[in-house]
Amino acid sequence: MSATRSPRRYGRLLFAALPIGWVTVLLLLPYLFLFAHSFFRLVDGQLTHQLTLENYGRLFGTALYPNTILFSAGIAARVTLASLCLAYPLAYLLAFKVRRHKNLLYMAVIIPLWVSYLVRAYAWKIILGQEGVLNGFLMSVGIIREPLAVLLYSKWAVMLALVHIYTPFTLMPIYAVLEAIPPALKEASTDLYASRWQTFRHVVLPLSLPGVVAGCTFAFVLSMGDFIAPILLGGNDSALMVSNLVVSLFGVAFNWPLGAAVSVVMLTMTVTLLTMARKLEDRWGGGPAGRRLDAPTTGGMGRGALHA
Amino acid sequence: MTALPLVESKGRRRAAPTDLWSHALWLTGTGVFAFIYLPLLVVILYAFHDANIVAWPFHPFTLRWFGTLVHDRGMVDAAGASLKLALLATGLALAVGVPGAFVLDRFEFPGKAAFERLVLLPLILPGVITGVALLTFFSFVGLSLSSGFPLVPGWPVVLGHGAALTSVVVTQVYARLRRFDRVLEEASLDLYASAWQTFWYVTLPVIRPAVLGSALLVFTLSLDEIAVTFFLVGRQNTIPLQIWGLLRRGITPEVNAAATVVFAVSVVVIVIWARLLREDR
Amino acid sequence: MAPILELQSVTKRFGDFVAVNDLSLTVAPGEFITLLGASGSGKTTTLRMIAGFEHPDSGEILMDGRPLTGLPPNRRDLNTVFQQYALFPHLTVRQNVGYGLRMRSTPAPELDQRVGEALDMVQLGGLTGRLPRQLSGGQQQRVALARALVNRPKVLLLDEPLGALDLKLRKEMQLELKHLNRQLGLTFLYVTHDQEEALTMSDRIALMRAGRIEQLSGPREMYERPSSRYVADFIGETNMLGGTAARRHGDSARLTVGGQEIQATATASVRDGDPAWLTVRPEFVQVAGPDTAGPRLRATVTETVFTGQVTRVFARLQDGSGLTMHWPAADSVPAPGTVLDLTWPAERGLCVGD
Repeated sequence: MSATRSPRRYGRLLFAALPIGWVTVLLLLPYLFLFAHSFFRLVDGQLTHQLTLENYGRLFGTALYPNTILFSAGIAARVTLASLCLAYPLAYLLAFKVRRHKNLLYMAVIIPLWVSYLVRAYAWKIILGQEGVLNGFLMSVGIIREPLAVLLYSKWAVMLALVHIYTPFTLMPIYAVLEAIPPALKEASTDLYASRWQTFRHVVLPLSLPGVVAGCTFAFVLSMGDFIAPILLGGNDSALMVSNLVVSLFGVAFNWPLGAAVSVVMLTMTVTLLTMARKLEDRWGGGPAGRRLDAPTTGGMGRGALHA
Repeated sequence: MTALPLVESKGRRRAAPTDLWSHALWLTGTGVFAFIYLPLLVVILYAFHDANIVAWPFHPFTLRWFGTLVHDRGMVDAAGASLKLALLATGLALAVGVPGAFVLDRFEFPGKAAFERLVLLPLILPGVITGVALLTFFSFVGLSLSSGFPLVPGWPVVLGHGAALTSVVVTQVYARLRRFDRVLEEASLDLYASAWQTFWYVTLPVIRPAVLGSALLVFTLSLDEIAVTFFLVGRQNTIPLQIWGLLRRGITPEVNAAATVVFAVSVVVIVIWARLLREDR
Repeated sequence: MAPILELQSVTKRFGDFVAVNDLSLTVAPGEFITLLGASGSGKTTTLRMIAGFEHPDSGEILMDGRPLTGLPPNRRDLNTVFQQYALFPHLTVRQNVGYGLRMRSTPAPELDQRVGEALDMVQLGGLTGRLPRQLSGGQQQRVALARALVNRPKVLLLDEPLGALDLKLRKEMQLELKHLNRQLGLTFLYVTHDQEEALTMSDRIALMRAGRIEQLSGPREMYERPSSRYVADFIGETNMLGGTAARRHGDSARLTVGGQEIQATATASVRDGDPAWLTVRPEFVQVAGPDTAGPRLRATVTETVFTGQVTRVFARLQDGSGLTMHWPAADSVPAPGTVLDLTWPAERGLCVGD
């Protein structure tokens, strides 16, 4: 090996320099700049490079910011739970019950993942709107007389859309771990007198936990950081997810330092959560060997990483 | 004698409740499937809605909204910008992501773990954070959001898409490289090929489906990207932002027509991607 | 004849592990030589150093008298048949076989002709357009062979090339490889852990142990005159009785086994008083007649096993050690408990050191 390496050392170095340089300049530096901005002082609406902690002081001193973060986390938690409840049965069905066209059906479930996030969000506006499809339908069959205004512009509408958007995300890693369970394990469990429920409880469920953790982390982080659905569907009630704060601080209010501080808090929460999820997966998934970039876990999370 | 009842009870226990559970499972699964697809079908259906307002009941069927789309100057410009952006982002992500995957697979250097995490970060983080991070960076280095227009939709948004989506190429190609049997490279060297010829005639062709597949993914993700674009876009809107703008004025079937087109393009690309992957198995 | 390949005191370490230890070997042109050994004995590392995938820490490898040191694999005039074939999955059979010629910029007409000949030689003329995954294991094996042979290398290296085939196919291919070796006059350096394979094909076998060559000899000699207990144990089935050497004289020695002194042929540097082993193959053990001369051991039959070709009789000596013999097919098999006097031709009983 050493002889194939040494003459080409220089070339290899150049080869490696491109991606490493790119990542440093266009990812590492921007995240560091965001961090730096959260310590900059705003003087008369002008950004200065004086360092200060007052952005964080204001962030934690004003009820609005902590409350919004908690509110977003609450929404995200409920969305995650609902997505899990919907995704797990379907993943189980696809992994174990479906015989024909299994891959086709699986593709069908995850295709929405890749296509038009915006369309999926605003579909609910068409359905839930005052003159929307659901109201119209309910009136036409006589269940209600007047259109229900409560459907749209509430946190419930936001949560519904988020559940819709993130259920396939949750499903993917769960399906991947279920699919990887050798059928012989279930047969062995049955052979050793376990009922169906016992087999699920003691064999399938424990083995699928890494996928559950990955899927839930996914749904939680992304729904907490969502800002399109709240604007489209939330009305006054919840155009106030934490990402909406960031958007308005950067856009309308033009208070970048405070916006950066809120972002840094979000970033910290996300990274903490991911680290915890990784630890859990390592514990349940057989250590670092089970966690690979191409494995459907938080280690390689993201739509790009998530084909089985 | 003792063994018999056991066997029997095993059989008996299985029979009746199994069917009930099975039915419940199928019902739930079908329901979830419908939940995922019905809203999308509504959007597509109302692209053919023969009325000016998207409302119940549905009036079948017209293609005129697609005509409106084609004559909508803003939409056509946005489509051009989106295509250009997606192509450029794909090119950048490939140019950096393929070497990046090789670096992860074959290089050892201090900070490799950090490099790996960093590449993946944009996939895991909410887009808002990556968007504002890039915004602060470009503003600090003084790169105007409209720079490069009309040649490109703006360098910041091109670089931003490229940076955020490199991770897709890296993960896909790295996953393929890990399955790649390096003995093939030894066989090639043994058959008089140089290192460069080996890369060109053996390694690259074998991982080609993964490379092409990741390119397709980057392309659709870029077409659809909204969070990062939202912060970095210059004077010229992309398709999602154009749709976003129309939405604020109210939902018209034209929006649905635009959404349907985007949806159709994405589905086609994804299906090609899936086929590539299957052939690569 | 001048050697085509020569290894001079080659040593290779991986960290603390010495994979190949001061190994020297000379290969004559046209020879079929096999590196035989258990996994970890250094045989594959040796082959990879000759191919150029690994580099010796010390020592020299010469081909046609010229050192190979520093030459990358692509500039060595030899080719390898890999363990799992390593066929390029994206290239057809024809393209796989033509790969080496293409890399050496062979003109198209010559390339086509030679690829065609090589494929005919391994009887794959009809499958040229197929991809490797559309071929059976045996066919893939032949493609791998043709891909190496087509380049007319000076030495062909084969790394357990038959390991993935089933038994029947393996036997066929063993003969076929032997024929190719004869027919082409090409030097084969073959690596395997299968002693039967080595015995079938080789002109000479180098039995490797812990990075060294334990014995280098023709197959028959290795079977009949193993130089050590390790070799006797590795090659074929044998009885191994521990004892002490005594009265060494030329080729003969006496060996104390279980209190009895036995005459044996000394093959290695066994000295009086050394711990030594008496090894005798089961097929030479027979029941002694009343006036049979030569070695004689009394044993009790413990078990008999019919295996098709032979019936194995297991017996126990007085000191408790076991002995196996092949019972003549014509005779009736003794019942367990029968006491037998066993003997063998004196030249078949070998006295070997560790």
